[in-house]
Amino acid sequence: MDTALQYNQAARRASADADSENPMLEERAYPEETIGEPLVDNPKMSIRNVDVFYDRDQAINNVSLDIGRNEVVALIGPSGCGKTTFLRALNRMNDIIDTCRIRGELRLDDEDIYGSAMDVVELRARVGMVFQKPNPFPKSIYENVAYGPRLHGMAEKRHELDDVVESSLRKAGLWDEVKDRLQQSGTGLSGGQQQRLCIARSIAVNPEVVLMDEPCSALDPIATVKIEELIAELSQSYTIVIVTHSMQQAARVSHRTAYFHLGHLIEMNETNKIFTAPDHRLTEDYITGRFG
Amino acid sequence: MATDRNEQAGASRLRRGLQKRYRRERRFRGYGLTAIMLGLIALLVLFGDIIGKGLPAFQQTHIQLEISWDREVLGINQVSEAELKQANFDALIKQALRERFPGVDARRQQHQLFKLVSSEAGYNLRERLQTDPELLGSTETVALVANSTVDMYMKSDAEARADDRQITEVQRQWINELRDSGELGFGLNTSFFTQGDSRNAEQAGMLGALVGSFYTMVVTLLLSFPIGVAAAIYLEEFAPKNRLTEIIEVNINNLAAVPSIIFGLLGLAVFINFFGLPRSVPLVGGLVLTLMALPTIIISARSAIKAVPPSIREAALGMGASRMQVVLHHVLPLALPGMLTGTIIAMAQALGETAPLLMIGMVAFIADVPQGFTDSATVLPVQVYLWSNTPEESYVALTSAAIMVLLAFLIGMNTLAVVLRKKLEQRW
Repeated sequence: MDTALQYNQAARRASADADSENPMLEERAYPEETIGEPLVDNPKMSIRNVDVFYDRDQAINNVSLDIGRNEVVALIGPSGCGKTTFLRALNRMNDIIDTCRIRGELRLDDEDIYGSAMDVVELRARVGMVFQKPNPFPKSIYENVAYGPRLHGMAEKRHELDDVVESSLRKAGLWDEVKDRLQQSGTGLSGGQQQRLCIARSIAVNPEVVLMDEPCSALDPIATVKIEELIAELSQSYTIVIVTHSMQQAARVSHRTAYFHLGHLIEMNETNKIFTAPDHRLTEDYITGRFG
Repeated sequence: MATDRNEQAGASRLRRGLQKRYRRERRFRGYGLTAIMLGLIALLVLFGDIIGKGLPAFQQTHIQLEISWDREVLGINQVSEAELKQANFDALIKQALRERFPGVDARRQQHQLFKLVSSEAGYNLRERLQTDPELLGSTETVALVANSTVDMYMKSDAEARADDRQITEVQRQWINELRDSGELGFGLNTSFFTQGDSRNAEQAGMLGALVGSFYTMVVTLLLSFPIGVAAAIYLEEFAPKNRLTEIIEVNINNLAAVPSIIFGLLGLAVFINFFGLPRSVPLVGGLVLTLMALPTIIISARSAIKAVPPSIREAALGMGASRMQVVLHHVLPLALPGMLTGTIIAMAQALGETAPLLMIGMVAFIADVPQGFTDSATVLPVQVYLWSNTPEESYVALTSAAIMVLLAFLIGMNTLAVVLRKKLEQRW
């Protein structure tokens, strides 16, 4: 028999053993209601009893939580637990997936996000998004940042646009690095710079909420530190929801943390409380590194 | 100890396996090289044959004759549209020949003498006089196009000349005399580039086919590019993914493989019989070729759109762009090089297409250069087909020359496709 084949089989057996010990696959008792304090007074966004389905598969199961004003909320949980799905529901990015259906109530400042009065273009201008992989447009740095303001007619004249581009790049901490090469392609920047460019792009339209989907997962530690500092700074003027796989990152940047497990919101609390004294066993298992 | 032995056995087995693997790799590379060499040889033979046969057609035998623009011989008093129509230019040539060979009196011999010059040489003289009316009354030496039999005789080698039955013994003497005195020689075959088809090989040109191809391609490009790109954008970006769009997709792929003559039949039935459009015109040819080019363009445009990374779309959507804006601002600029390449390749295909055009009557003998989209015309490949069907030997070289022109256009278009792609390509 081929040696390679033997090795493969051994590896497969080993992973099968690991699976049977993986608590994720075990049926655990989910709490009836989310543990902790998912709700706050006078929230920026309020989400009530939300279910999200892909065809027949339920990705999000009866989630209710609030996102406070100028608050950084971190969403953590093992892969496939629905963090990203939930995040994308907040600015209707799931609309582009044909099979995705959503049920429940999502409000931004008391306006129904999925209501007929809400225009999806306006919603996305108010709730910006930064993606996992840096995705600048293959245009110049200037054009990247100017795209949103131009799209929404926020800056008509050239000098207005120049101002917006400069202030956005300054806020994203990128101005000094790129001010001499604004006409160069945004794709020529390093990964961390690209991600900050994407952040500058999304804050150029002056959104109320910024959604970040694992913004540092494709970056090295130094670039990560820069982005985290940026998040802390941005939280003074924006409300931020961040999905992250790094528990240290959640602990560093967020005010409150929500723990998702297989589509359920298990626990949500002050970040300190979650990481020092979690109330639910699943949360504890996850943050102590038993699985995830 | 046991594991040691196992390791050794494993290593030697690995080594043996490696040698086998490398051998296999070398053999595979050999196959690939052979295939490429075969292809190159075939191409070289093809090009060599065509160029070897076609090059002589670019030059042509001319006879220098002393032409006196005599009013009486011409039978006109001044150069005007009405008088030129009645002018007898052939008489000018006959007179010039008679003066060159004064001893030829017998009618039969005179007839053979006159046949040295192209029977359409009179038209050339007429054009000359038309552009320069001052010539009337003067005398000058003019290079007249020789008859194709003379041309063939001049271009063949000694052995073939001895066998040439198209040339009589007395003609042979004249030709030799003229050649020795330098009055008979080769010149650039201008009629090949400036005239339409002709029954006389020495006067046959491909300008008519070239212009016909141009008009046909204009119609095809103007229709198939916008329709193809619009269809591709709709199918990729807007159409719901369901059974219906799947059926449409399968059928578009099928259409790309339908024999082209079927499109010709369709064009005949729909455009000519039903809509009553005229036969043999570039407009209908363009419509038929549009049908042929569309599947290729749609398929290539779709794959170009598919190649635009979804992250760009998400970024734009996340910024609050509408679907239409995402397409116009981001997808289209990024997909354009691919779309253009596909379109040019489809155009090159259409340029070389013959079968469907035969069905709509573009195969007729048309001597005039078409002036518009609804003038009777033929196209380059059909011209090649027509000439290759002509029994006269002098058309062999013309056929190859026409193929050379067609190939030059195809190579030009494909080069343009590569250049455009290189130029417009953006990295992300």
